[in-house]
Amino acid sequence: MSDHHHDHDHEHEHDDRPGPHGAPLTDLQLRVRALESLLVDKGLVDPKALDALIDTYETKVGPRNGARVVAKAWVDPAFKQRLLSDSTAAIAELGYIGRQGEDMVVLENTPNVHNVVVCTLCSCYPWPVLGLPPVWYKSGPYRARTVIDPRGVLREFGVELPDDVEVRVWDSTAELRYLVLPERPAGTEGMTEEQLAELVTRDCMIGVARVESPRR
Amino acid sequence: MNGIHDLGGMHGFGPVNPEPDEPVFHHEWERRTFALNLASGFLGRWNIDMGRYTREQMPPAEYLATTYYERWLYGLERLLVERGLVTAGELAAMRSTERAQGLKPMTIGELPKMLRNRRAARMDDHLAAPRFKPGDRVRTKNVHPTGHTRLPRYARGKLGVIDRDHGVFILPDEHARSGTKVPAHCYAVRFEGRELWGPDAGRRDAVFVDCFEPYLEPVDDPGEPPR
Repeated sequence: MSDHHHDHDHEHEHDDRPGPHGAPLTDLQLRVRALESLLVDKGLVDPKALDALIDTYETKVGPRNGARVVAKAWVDPAFKQRLLSDSTAAIAELGYIGRQGEDMVVLENTPNVHNVVVCTLCSCYPWPVLGLPPVWYKSGPYRARTVIDPRGVLREFGVELPDDVEVRVWDSTAELRYLVLPERPAGTEGMTEEQLAELVTRDCMIGVARVESPRR
Repeated sequence: MNGIHDLGGMHGFGPVNPEPDEPVFHHEWERRTFALNLASGFLGRWNIDMGRYTREQMPPAEYLATTYYERWLYGLERLLVERGLVTAGELAAMRSTERAQGLKPMTIGELPKMLRNRRAARMDDHLAAPRFKPGDRVRTKNVHPTGHTRLPRYARGKLGVIDRDHGVFILPDEHARSGTKVPAHCYAVRFEGRELWGPDAGRRDAVFVDCFEPYLEPVDDPGEPPR
């Protein structure tokens, strides 16, 4: 693979602004632009506030927040205790509070119990700790199948669970927002909290992946 | 409502397709649609349950053929007109005929407070006494309201066990209809896979659904928990 691979990919980032190839604006882009102009002219929205909203959820809030919560729970037993008994307050200790995370519940995965989170009715997701949800989480297949065939869905993500492991699916039908506390992998003894946080992916905290042991 | 949004348990959707290194947004219009929804919502003319109910009313064929932020755009345009922020004529022409009266757009300065607000649907626990406690057996009602509800079809008329009491929350059904904040205990209810899906479900699978108290009936029979 050439050294230019990354730059090349970036050029082809999904974006429907008129690009270097002069691609025309799509109907949706035109419609949303027109709607924004209408609302600005009506005095209902401030474009600068829109920019700040986008910047917040595109660059500031994301799964690194949740990873820090998980890593802290792995190294600090008292924090883990608080996290499981009053998840909202414990997560707030790290500064992660607010919209779509007002009432949090943390679910602990163990060798005997595997938790996985879905929202069958819309796409509820804990924004302060995971950011905005990926497309697959909001998709028909995930929302339809996770409640009826959780092991099949997990298998597609590469998680094969023995028959004696209990699978608990949490359908986020109300205003509680769920975060999975994955199992700490073997081979991580002596790692710092920061190093541990690097191992924790978004998918592990939704419950569709396990945390991988560090590569040697 | 028994809407197309209520997808739990449906067949035929095919595999889940995760995208490696997925960006937060795929298109500029998605960024703007997301932000327009939040900023318009902050004007206070509708609540989150009205927002969900509006998206649920998208015609089923259209719902399945559109992406997530297209549904947000549909819901936003409808709410703007229904809640009187924009006239139908203005929306059709995409042109303002009159500035909105008595409303101020959210500013950058107000944004942190709005995003870090820690109380949304939770209400004071003293507003309602719990009818159930953890371990109680319950049956969800077999109801099919045409309005908004958060009891999915697959979990109606089913036996479960109260796992935990989350406390008192705004009942979404009435909140979507009238905006009235009716306090109701919300419980995580555990349903065994076989109770929901029959003998083909995994013996060690369970689904937890957050159920508001009015969705539940007590089960007096002190028999074995459903397995």
